Amino acid sequence: MIVVVDYGMGNVGSILNMIRKTGGSAIISGNLKDVEMAEKLVLPGVGAFDNGVKNLQDIGLWDILNHKVCKNKTPILGICLGMQLFTDGSEEGNLAGFGWVKAKTIRFRFKEDARQIKIPHMGWNQVFLKKSSPIFQEMHKEPRFYFVHSYHLICEEEQDVVSVTRYGHEFVSAIQKENIYATQFHPEKSHKYGLQLIRNFVEVC
Amino acid sequence: MLATRVIPCLLLKNGGLVKTVRFRNPTYIGDPINAVKIFNDKEVDELMILDIIATRQGKGPDFDLLSRIGREAFMPMGYGGGIRTLEEAKRILSLNFEKIIINAQALENLGFVHQLAKVCGSQSVVVAIDVKKDSLGRPRVYGHTDGQTRKIELTTYAIQVANNGAGEILLNSVDRDGTFNGYDLNLIRMVSQVVNIPVVALGGAGQLKDFAQAVQSGASAVAAGSFFVFHGKHRAVLITYPQKDELGQVLRVYEGLNQ
Repeated sequence: MIVVVDYGMGNVGSILNMIRKTGGSAIISGNLKDVEMAEKLVLPGVGAFDNGVKNLQDIGLWDILNHKVCKNKTPILGICLGMQLFTDGSEEGNLAGFGWVKAKTIRFRFKEDARQIKIPHMGWNQVFLKKSSPIFQEMHKEPRFYFVHSYHLICEEEQDVVSVTRYGHEFVSAIQKENIYATQFHPEKSHKYGLQLIRNFVEVC
Repeated sequence: MLATRVIPCLLLKNGGLVKTVRFRNPTYIGDPINAVKIFNDKEVDELMILDIIATRQGKGPDFDLLSRIGREAFMPMGYGGGIRTLEEAKRILSLNFEKIIINAQALENLGFVHQLAKVCGSQSVVVAIDVKKDSLGRPRVYGHTDGQTRKIELTTYAIQVANNGAGEILLNSVDRDGTFNGYDLNLIRMVSQVVNIPVVALGGAGQLKDFAQAVQSGASAVAAGSFFVFHGKHRAVLITYPQKDELGQVLRVYEGLNQ
């Protein structure tokens, strides 16, 4: 059973719908027992970094997630804010993230001549693979995904970077480190491309 | 490269899909669930759904219908129509819609937009501005619930909308609605020059080159109704959406502007 972690940070229904469409079985839950028992985890999230950290701590999921991911090596997929929470911390807030990947989260900054570029980065954009990863297995040609975000990752370790995307400059759009997978974009809103990625997470990871 | 979003905009009336001309004569098009399924299969960039009489009827959004629509879609979606409270807005967002679209309620009270942006995040809040020309040809902010134009200057209103935290403006030309005569490019220029948030052009698209012209005039995204649901000069109902490479050819030239 896959558990889509519900910690009060945005809508998770479409992720559940998409997992079910691939034939996977999943539930939405913020319940400690469910998370403890999960075979795989999805950590979604839309909203502010510190709120995400606080909510996970308040409902008692922080330590359990740490244990599941670091000790049990349970596969986890972070989406958008979920991905950012995997880092050491974010310019958006003051609290520490999980620190599962050597990375920090920073706000988009553009050079003088590119000030007209709008933040958030919102819409469909391409991804360019830097290394192979199970989540991009059998992906359709010219994959494009839906993004909505103002912050992005800076990875210290290049081998964690699965894909990059261009918006003003290049930024990290997907990562993988062992059992830890994450995307800055929203696979659950990205038609067949997202469906393939979710299918891979359900079937292969 | 970020692609220009091309967004079908569907109108609801009493649970059915309709299409208007200059905000009048709503013609029944079909079943919304079926239409959303088709648009999902066609892999559209985004979908907007507007209930055109929810505010006037005063009964709020049709949550049951929206929840059924939400289940069909693996794409970004926005909904507008009859949203008066934060609770209603949150409930829409819980039904797999990313964006709530506010129109009449913003005209009454921009504080509501501010509150929504604070709680739900600016990226989820779109303010729709309907614009109608007066007898002297000046663009005026139009209230669709009472059919009256407002005193406030269009650009002043647009700036206030942005300052109150809206993430996007859906700029709709009443005069071009359903005409296939192309977007009102001056209108797009006027508003996109005074705000930093994305302006989504709506009203008048009749051919692919209209999208390109709207983008060239400052629109960050383009929306259309009739263009995607009518076909041929007799306006037979047929749901279509251009192929990615067709759109790429007309829009690519301008997409550099969004980078």
